[in-house]
Amino acid sequence: MSESAPAGAPAPPPAPPPAALGPARRTGAVRLLLRHPLGLASGAVLAAVVLAVLLAPVLSPAEPGVSSLRDAFGGPAAGHPLGFDSAGRDIVARLLHGGRNTLGGAVIALVVALALGVPSGLLAGYYGGWFDSAASWAVNLVMALPAMVVLLASRAILGPTVWVLMVVLGFLVAPAFFRLVRGIVASVRNELYVDAAKVSGLRDRRIVARHVLIVVRAPIIIQVALVSGIAIGLQAGLEFLGIGSGDTPTWGAMLNEAFKNIQRAPLLMLWPGLALGLTSGALVLLAAALRDVLEDRGAAPAARRRRTGPTTITAPRSAGACAGLLSVRDLAVSYALPGGGEREVVHGVDLDVRAGEIVGLVGESGSGKTQTAFSILGILPEGGRVCRGSVTVEGEEIVGMPERRHRELRGNVVAYVPQEPMSNLDPAFTIGSQLVEPMRCKLRISKAEATRRALELLRLVEIADPRRTFASYPHEISGGMAQRVLIAGAMSCDPRLLIADEPTTALDVRVQAEVLGLLRRLQRERDLGVLLVTHNLGVVADLCDRVAVMKQGRIVETGTAEQVLHAPQDPYTRKLLGAVLDHVPARRPWQPSNAEVS
Amino acid sequence: MLSFIARRTAAGAVLLFVISFLSYTLLSIPDIDVGRQLLGQGASQDLVDARNAALGLDRPTAVQYLDWLTHSLRGDFGTSWFSGEDVTRAIVNRLPVTVSLMIGVTLVTAVLAFLLGVWAGVRRGAVDRFVQVFAVVGYALPGFLVTLVIVLVFAVHLRWFPAIGYVGLTESFTGWLSTVTLPIASLAVGSVAGVAQQVRGSVIDVMRQDYVRTLRARGLPPWRIVFRHVVRNASAPALAVLGMQFVGMLGGAVLVEQIFGLPGIGSMTVNYTTRGDIPVIMALVVFSVTGVIVINLVVDILIGWLNPKARIT
Repeated sequence: MSESAPAGAPAPPPAPPPAALGPARRTGAVRLLLRHPLGLASGAVLAAVVLAVLLAPVLSPAEPGVSSLRDAFGGPAAGHPLGFDSAGRDIVARLLHGGRNTLGGAVIALVVALALGVPSGLLAGYYGGWFDSAASWAVNLVMALPAMVVLLASRAILGPTVWVLMVVLGFLVAPAFFRLVRGIVASVRNELYVDAAKVSGLRDRRIVARHVLIVVRAPIIIQVALVSGIAIGLQAGLEFLGIGSGDTPTWGAMLNEAFKNIQRAPLLMLWPGLALGLTSGALVLLAAALRDVLEDRGAAPAARRRRTGPTTITAPRSAGACAGLLSVRDLAVSYALPGGGEREVVHGVDLDVRAGEIVGLVGESGSGKTQTAFSILGILPEGGRVCRGSVTVEGEEIVGMPERRHRELRGNVVAYVPQEPMSNLDPAFTIGSQLVEPMRCKLRISKAEATRRALELLRLVEIADPRRTFASYPHEISGGMAQRVLIAGAMSCDPRLLIADEPTTALDVRVQAEVLGLLRRLQRERDLGVLLVTHNLGVVADLCDRVAVMKQGRIVETGTAEQVLHAPQDPYTRKLLGAVLDHVPARRPWQPSNAEVS
Repeated sequence: MLSFIARRTAAGAVLLFVISFLSYTLLSIPDIDVGRQLLGQGASQDLVDARNAALGLDRPTAVQYLDWLTHSLRGDFGTSWFSGEDVTRAIVNRLPVTVSLMIGVTLVTAVLAFLLGVWAGVRRGAVDRFVQVFAVVGYALPGFLVTLVIVLVFAVHLRWFPAIGYVGLTESFTGWLSTVTLPIASLAVGSVAGVAQQVRGSVIDVMRQDYVRTLRARGLPPWRIVFRHVVRNASAPALAVLGMQFVGMLGGAVLVEQIFGLPGIGSMTVNYTTRGDIPVIMALVVFSVTGVIVINLVVDILIGWLNPKARIT
C-alpha cells in the first residue's frame, strides 16, 4: 500500500497489522479513484482549492480587507494578478480568504450533519421500534421546512454569525444522512450473515461495528461529497443575500458585491463564480466517481448498444430442411463484454419443433436454455446477439431479419409464456387492458371485439370468473391465475409456436399440475408446436414428445422422450436422471421447484 | 380515498401545529425590544412600554402563542411589527408572483425532464452521456450562480429580457412573460437536472423488467411499449423527486426573486425575516409548510393513480 498514497492525502499509518482488512481496502479504493479519470480530475481540483485556501496567509498578495479607492475596479497590476474589486481590494486575497470562510462553514455544517444523522440512523435502522418512529417523524418535520426560510429566521434569532448559521444548516441537512443510513441498516439487519452473527452470540455493538458499518461506509462517503456541495451552495447563497458576517470576505459576499456592479463591471463575477462553480462541481463529480469506485467496482460501463455485427448464417437452407415449424441450426449467442470483445454463451445449437409436437429443452440453470429461447423470439437482453447460425420459423429465416418484420411474427406466429408469472405482468395496467392491447395492435380489431375475445381467452384458460379477473390488477390475483393470464396472452393472437420458459417453476405443486394440463389441452386443441424450456425431468416425462438435453451452451443429447428418459446415451443425461430418480417415485412425475439438480 | 385524504390532512395539521409552536418559541428567545426599535433611542421608557403592551409583547410567550394561534386559525396573521402592514393581505398580494413562478418551473421541469430522461434511458449511448453531463452540471452548480450567469448572458449582454422588475399577469401577458422567463429558466435548470436523472434511472430499471420483455415478445411496437408502459411505470419515482424539488424550489425562489427584484414571497422572506418580525415570519412558515404538505399529498395521490399497488382505498 506504499505506492498509492497521493501527494495531498494523509500518509498511511506506518505499520499496519497485516490482517487489517479495512485500511487495505480503503487504499485499494483510493488507487482505483486515482485511475478513474473523473475521480482524478475532480480530486485534483479539490485538493488544489483546499491547499490554496489553507495556505491563504502565505499565498495572498495583500490583506483582504485593505482597500484603496484609487484602485477601485482596477485591472491586473504588478503584484495584483486579478486586479481590484469595487472598493479597490485585491481580488486574489479576497478569493483565498473568502474560500477559508466558505469552505470552513461547509465543514461545520457537514460535521454537525454527520454527528446527528449517522448515529441516529444506525440506531433507528438497527433497533427500529419507538426510536425509529420518533426519529423518522422528526426527520419528516425537518424535511418539510424550507431551508432558506429557517436559515433567514435563525439569523434573526441567533445573530449574523455565519458559524452559527452553519450549525443550523447542519441540522437541516442531517436527514440526508439519517435516511441513507437508516435505509441501508434496516435492510442489512435482516441479512442472513447478521442473523448468523447474532446466533453465534456476538454482541450488538460488535455486529454493528463489524458488519453494519462496513456496509454503510461507502454510501456515507459518497453522500458527504454531495452534501458538501449542497452546503457550500446554500452558504454562498446566504452570503449572497448579504446576511453573512458583514465585512468578512466570502465567495458569496464577493458575488453579491459583483452583482451590485453587474452593469459596470460584469467581469467581477467571474472569479468568485468560477471558484464556487469549480468547487461544487468537483464535489458532485467526485461523488459520481466514488460511486463508480466504491459501489460497482468492476461493473460494466453502460453496455454499448449494438444492433449489427457479423452474423454468419450457416448453409442456405434447402426446402426439405424447413419442413418443421421451428428449425434451429448451429445457433450461437454471445454477449458484449464491458471491456470490449464478446463471450459466447450458446455454442451451435440444433433444434427442431414440428407442428403439434411438444419438445422439451432440459438442462441445469445457466446451460443456455433460456438464451436459446430468447434468440428464437428475438428478445435477447441488451448486449446479447445471435452471432452465428440460423433459425427458421415456418420456413422463414429470422436471423438477420429486419426488426420490424420479426416483430410481426411475435405474437401472431411465435408466442412466449414466461417463467415468473407475477413479474411478467405490468403492475400499472389491468389484466384486461394487457390482454386487449396486443390484440388491437396485432389483429387490428375494435376494442369491443378485443374485449370479447379476451374474456373468451380467460374462460379458455379455465379462470372461474373472467369478468372479475379482466378488471383486476396483477397484484390482486394469485400466481397460478397470473400464469393462466400469461398463457391466455400468449394464445391471444393464435400463434403456431409456443415458447414456454419454465412455465411452472414458480408455482406450487398442485397449480403446476393444472397449468401443465392446460398447456397440453391447448396444444392438442390448436395443434400447436411447443418448445418447453425446463429443468424438471418430471415435466418432460409427463408432457414432451421429444427432448433435447443442454449442457454449457451445447446440446448433448436429443431423442424421443422415451429414449432419453429410459435409455440415456450421454453421461450428463444419466447424471440428471439419477439426481431426480433418487428422490422421487416414478409415479409422481413433477417436482417442486426446489428440487433442482446440482 | 377520502379517508386517506382526511388522514393525511389531519397529520399535516398536527405537523403544522408542532412547527408553528416550535417556531414561535424559538423566535421569542432573543427577546428583541420591539418598542424601542420602533420608537428609537430618544423615546421615553414609558412610551416604549406602552408600545410593547399595545403589541401584546408584555405577556408570557405561551399566551402570545395562543393568541396568535386563535387569530391565525381565522386567517388573521396580525400586522407586521415594523411596517404595520396587514400580514395576510401582504402575503395574498405577493402570492401570485411566487405561485406563477412555481407552476411555470414545475411545468417546464415535468416536460423537459421527462423528454430528456426517457430519451437518455431508452437510447443510451451518446445521448445518455450528454443528458448525464447536463444533469450533473445542473445539479452541481449552486442555483443562484446559475441565475447570475443567466442574468449576465441574457439580460446584461444580449438584453433579450429585462434584468429586473415584474409585470402582473393581469396587466399584460407579454410583459409578464418577459419578466418571468429568466426567473423560471434559472429555477428550472436545477430541477430539470435532478428530475431528468431520476427519470433516466427509473426508465432504465423498468426497461429491464420482465414484463417489458414479455410485452416485446407479444410483438408490440417499441414506441408503444416505451410511451405506454415504461413511462407510466417510471413516473412514480420521478414524481416523488419532483415533489422533493418543490421544497428546494421555495429556497431557490428566495434567491431568484431577490436577484430579479420580483415582489413575491421570497423577497418578502429576505426583507422581513432578518429583522425578527415574528408575525410575518410565522405567516411565511405556515404558508410554506402548508405548501409542502399539500404538494406531498398531491404527489402521493398521483403516485397512487400511477401505481395501483400503492393505491389507497
